Amino acid sequence: MKRVIEAVVQTTDAWRTTGARLALILMLAVPAGVKASIDTYEFQDEGQLRQYQILAQELRCPKCQNQNIADSNAPIAQDMREQVYRLTLEGKSQTEIVDYMIERFGEFVTYTPRFDLTTWLLWLGPGFLALLGLVVVVRMARPKSVSQAPVISQEERDRLKSILTQDEKPS
Amino acid sequence: MNRLLLLIPLLLVIALLLVLGSGLGNDPTKLDSARIGKAFPAFSLQSLQNADKTFTEQDLKGDLFLLNVWATWCPSCKTEHPYLLKIAAENQVVVVGHNYKDDRVAAIKWLQQLGDPYRFTLFDPKGQLGFDLGVYGAPETYLIDAQGVVRYRHVGVVDEKVWKTELLPVIERLRAGKA
Repeated sequence: MKRVIEAVVQTTDAWRTTGARLALILMLAVPAGVKASIDTYEFQDEGQLRQYQILAQELRCPKCQNQNIADSNAPIAQDMREQVYRLTLEGKSQTEIVDYMIERFGEFVTYTPRFDLTTWLLWLGPGFLALLGLVVVVRMARPKSVSQAPVISQEERDRLKSILTQDEKPS
Repeated sequence: MNRLLLLIPLLLVIALLLVLGSGLGNDPTKLDSARIGKAFPAFSLQSLQNADKTFTEQDLKGDLFLLNVWATWCPSCKTEHPYLLKIAAENQVVVVGHNYKDDRVAAIKWLQQLGDPYRFTLFDPKGQLGFDLGVYGAPETYLIDAQGVVRYRHVGVVDEKVWKTELLPVIERLRAGKA
């Protein structure tokens, strides 16, 4: 965090001449500051910071449903952020941390559910329905086949001809 | 044949309505515990009343336990407390307390004032066991069988309805399975 602030100060000094650029930098800097207002975590490198941020967006708070743990102020979301931070520092990978949370709070806790026996319909359903729709549309749009005229045999043709000629004679 | 095919969309709609309709009555805030059917997580926690006494998951084996997660900061815990006293008094199951992210002095005072339904109470001030168990708020109540496997979780207040329609049937089933 400190490094980020220093970087912003240096950049603003260099770019002081352009007000618009300064505003842009402030706009970029402020959200990061606001987000870290409750938790102040220090990471060893950028990769860890990024992993923490991704996971905080990706994990769902079990208490305040429809909020991720970055957005939620529920005590449990705070605990989860703390655990994500601790596990990240321990060098755990993103998948390992998600599995750790699922083990405790169930599939509910991740916004990207794993593909397994209970979630295959969720993953494949939309694609299948889209495909089905496509098939229906294609079939409906295809022009009706032209060879709809009834086929008559030579025998029927002769009979037809004789009927027609018979009709003509009396008149 | 073609007439029957015309019924397919109708059948699909009915199936969809049934699926969606069955979900209407569900309470979305009640989540299935990920721990059901799995061993109770390992822990080592002090007794609430006695810092020298330590409990582990081994203390939750050999009998059917009703583990109640509670705290003095939780108003609903106060609501369900009389009913827990009743369950404990009727000796239907061993009731154990899990004091969750709480203050020791306040918690001891609470039990002295309201009565203590718990055979023993785990003191979990940081909520670590709670986290491992998947507790996301208090009160929560778990059923643990004699092998130390989590069998049921109820989120929210335990009252007569919950006891009779949810917990007791599971307890009876587990007892019958054991006999």
